[in-house]
Amino acid sequence: MSERVKSTKKSSGAGGPQAAPEDPREDPVKAAKADAALPALGILGMLRWAWTQLTSMRTALFLLLLLAVAAVPGSLFPQRPANPSVVTQYIKDHPDYGKILDSVQLYDVYSSAWFSAIYILLFISLIGCVVPRAIAHYRAMRSQPPRTPKRLSRLPEYGTLVLPAEAGVPASDAIEDAAALLKKRGYRVEVRHDDGARPSLGAERGFLKEVGNLVFHTSLIGVLVSVAVGGLFGYSGQRILVEGDTFVNTLVGYDQFTPGTNFQSSQLQPYSIQLDKFQATFDRESKGKFGQPIDFTADVTTKENPGAPAKKEVLKVNDPVTLGGTSIYLTGNGYAPVVTVRDGKGNIAMQGPVVAKLQGENYYSSVVIKVPDAKPDQLGFAGFFLPTAFVTDKGISFSGDPDLINPQLSLNSYYGDLGLDKGSPQNVFELDVKDLKQLNGRDLKAGGITLAPGSTYTLPDGKGSISFDGVKKYVGVDIHHNPGQLSALIFALLAVAGLVVSLYVNRRRVWVRTGTHEDGRTMVEYGLLARGEDHRLAGEAVAIRGLLADAWGLDSQKLPSERADNGPADAQPADAAAEGAADASAAMPSEDFIQSTAGSHESKKDQ
Amino acid sequence: MFPINETMGQYSELFMLLAAGTYTVAFIAFAWDLAKSSKALRTVDLKAAAAAGKSDAATAGPASADSASADSGAKVPVAAGAVRGAAADADRAAGHLAGPAGRAERPSSSVSGRAEAPGSGAGRTANASMKYDAERRVPARVAVALTVLGAAIHAAGVLTRAVGAGRVPWGNMYEFLTTGAFVAVAVFLVVLIRRDLRFLGTFVVGLVIIMLVAASVAYWTPVGHLVPALQSYWLVIHVSIAVLSSALFTLTFAMSALQLVQSHRQKTIAAGGEDKLGFMRLVPSALSLENLSYRINAIAFIGWTFTLMFGAIWAEKAWGRFWGWDTKEVWTFVIWVVYAGYLHARATRGWTGTRAAWLSIVGYLCVVFNFTIVNQFFNGLHSYSGL
Ligand code: HEM
Repeated sequence: MSERVKSTKKSSGAGGPQAAPEDPREDPVKAAKADAALPALGILGMLRWAWTQLTSMRTALFLLLLLAVAAVPGSLFPQRPANPSVVTQYIKDHPDYGKILDSVQLYDVYSSAWFSAIYILLFISLIGCVVPRAIAHYRAMRSQPPRTPKRLSRLPEYGTLVLPAEAGVPASDAIEDAAALLKKRGYRVEVRHDDGARPSLGAERGFLKEVGNLVFHTSLIGVLVSVAVGGLFGYSGQRILVEGDTFVNTLVGYDQFTPGTNFQSSQLQPYSIQLDKFQATFDRESKGKFGQPIDFTADVTTKENPGAPAKKEVLKVNDPVTLGGTSIYLTGNGYAPVVTVRDGKGNIAMQGPVVAKLQGENYYSSVVIKVPDAKPDQLGFAGFFLPTAFVTDKGISFSGDPDLINPQLSLNSYYGDLGLDKGSPQNVFELDVKDLKQLNGRDLKAGGITLAPGSTYTLPDGKGSISFDGVKKYVGVDIHHNPGQLSALIFALLAVAGLVVSLYVNRRRVWVRTGTHEDGRTMVEYGLLARGEDHRLAGEAVAIRGLLADAWGLDSQKLPSERADNGPADAQPADAAAEGAADASAAMPSEDFIQSTAGSHESKKDQ
Repeated sequence: MFPINETMGQYSELFMLLAAGTYTVAFIAFAWDLAKSSKALRTVDLKAAAAAGKSDAATAGPASADSASADSGAKVPVAAGAVRGAAADADRAAGHLAGPAGRAERPSSSVSGRAEAPGSGAGRTANASMKYDAERRVPARVAVALTVLGAAIHAAGVLTRAVGAGRVPWGNMYEFLTTGAFVAVAVFLVVLIRRDLRFLGTFVVGLVIIMLVAASVAYWTPVGHLVPALQSYWLVIHVSIAVLSSALFTLTFAMSALQLVQSHRQKTIAAGGEDKLGFMRLVPSALSLENLSYRINAIAFIGWTFTLMFGAIWAEKAWGRFWGWDTKEVWTFVIWVVYAGYLHARATRGWTGTRAAWLSIVGYLCVVFNFTIVNQFFNGLHSYSGL
């Protein structure tokens, strides 16, 4: 980009009218000069040099490609933010290099020092590009179109028109006609009468292209900042709700909570949401996907504040509920068998739904029941819940369907000290049996416990009993608050708009010069130049030619004057630039004028 | 939710097979066209070169003066043509060095002018503007007709699949592939209306056959409903744009690959080497391939930007965060950055031409990787491949 900026400056600066494409051959020289000057520059010079390097297009390209490469490892190794336990397991499974990968942050790729370094450099480079470019473009937009080059025939698109003497349009009128026409076509036009005999005009359009490019790149910075804001002030958490449960948005209400760096608990608005009913629908139609879930619907009752009126809402996958600045998402569901456990003294030690954790196909789930209140011994149960129990010949049970067709709870039981009284946190989904004595199990004399709804099993040794009362459903919800979200969206949309504009608006310059031939005819020549990629320049040349011809009542097709193709050999930009720099209004050699009218029409195949 | 119609699903599979068969015949016709046209072009070239050699013996001299193979140029008429080509190519190379600023002034006109110069001889490439010319290429017409027929059958296959499943036909790998292949053919045929890209036929139709076969063999899935996570209008928006962009990337991939071959061939010929890749005569010059693929890539990049954005919006709806560096998201991002790199490369001195073509190819390989490997072997939230 730096190259572009330089040339823009050149064109808008006081001294340098820029008529021709940037001279490619001039840059190596410039570069060589810069290189040669390097050692003499000192620290400031070095810094300036480094800055120029960083903001060059080549560096931007390099950093972009580097960013692409650097993003890849995050998909190859488990990532901590997504799944911390998988990372821990991975390190355990790979004792040889697991730790080494950790030391180079390969489990935290997207917050790693090296990944951050790349994108921060990229964005510094971006700012270093955008700011000077914006300034240059602002100047360019306010300055007049560049002076008319001396030899229009060297422009990529060139043509001439001849007005017969009897048409009665003198050169000065013809140029005004052309100016009016180009203005109507959206060009900004400046007419130059400074040389009376050969008036000319310069016109330019498509400033929006550069604006689009700048908006696009600036918006990318906006997206990045929005994401950062979200990370600072946002928060997220999870909660499991069994039918009938209510969640209140306070820190203790969450099962798991991840605050942003700048989170304050006062941010939480104490709304509540109650799960009234959850319904899962399974595919009963197609053979291949029989039993696959096709709909999850949760009916909930919400209150914006403890005192606010209750509201019935429906929570579905892909359709979150928004409350108190947060969004609540349905991310999981399962079964919660309701059990009653009586202890050795015959008292109810525990009663209620137990969340069964999904383990496999068709809601095959694991169940852990801890009964710390049982007396004289604490009780623990571990096993499985099957919504539709099947048993193979070998005695292995599995779930044949996700619906509750033949629900079954099969458990082992333990007694002893659950270790809950020590106050150290425990995973509710795991039972540590180290310090427990087993009562029931498939390989014990008493056998395992197998319960259908409504049945009760009495534990051996008078330790108590367990009843399977019924099944409720539960949902897992994610709760998110991301204050950067909306602005990220707006910037992203702006970026796309800028991108489209910058790719599809064409920046073009047109020059027209008129003159009177000795025999009284009015000669008109015009040339077009595009900046950047523009495959429709030739079409524009034809369109302008047609408009001019119409305006003067000429038949544009019959005029044998168009010359389509200037090979690089005859259009040396350096010459053109030099000529442009010279007094543009100097009289044009008339041979040049006439000569180019002899161009053939047929090479113009490609529009 | 519409009911499943298994019969429709079976019809659909039948249509897919029929389409694949038709495409295979079209493929053969395209290959025949390449072979035949290259032979015809070679004869024309030889004649033209011979004529040029006779009448232009004088010009061959000066032209060869600034060429490495000066002596051979003076001896053999055919080589005289090659020398002309060489001169043109040297200009081209200069144009490349000049960077896009210099080059973009005339995306194609300067090249076409020279390519069509009389007696441009053995180094010749097809019309750079990629417009149809008067010449009738019967095998190519047959091939296009067959492709249209195949596409019609294919469309029936996609439609019956949609009816059979009672929803948009892009909910699992099988459907992505079959529908994606259809979109690729459709885009190709639409572009064919305005540009003569028939030289890409073998490439595009070949890829489409591979996609259809892979779908039927490796990813076959019966018609079925969508899991709740996929039941969203965002599926319609996000995936359709992704498939469309991928189809465009498929075209540019083919063009960039051909560009590399063509540029190698042009260099060889410019250096006075033998033209071993005669069939490439039918293919336009490397520069015009690059220019057109840039334009298509620009459209596809906008499409991919939308894919990325809509994906993020959908992720926000479904999972509560718009970006989480899920495997699929990572690769979508990588593809986006690679193509952004491609667009920058086109504006960077020394990175246009061959290097840009490589970036376009790498980008496409990432697209393929994202679709195949990532869907199957990486676990992520996007485990919807239906396998
Ligand atoms: C976050 C990193 C960047 C991304 C994703 C990005 C993306 C893009 C895209 C997609 C385009 C093509 C659209 C257009 O022509 O406007 C583009 C163009 C451009 N970018 Fe970037 N860019 C990034 C950083 C930079 C940086 C750091 C620079 C400056 C060194 C830069 C300079 C340019 C220039 C000059 C163009 C116009 C190219 C032309 O005229 O064809 N970009 N960029």
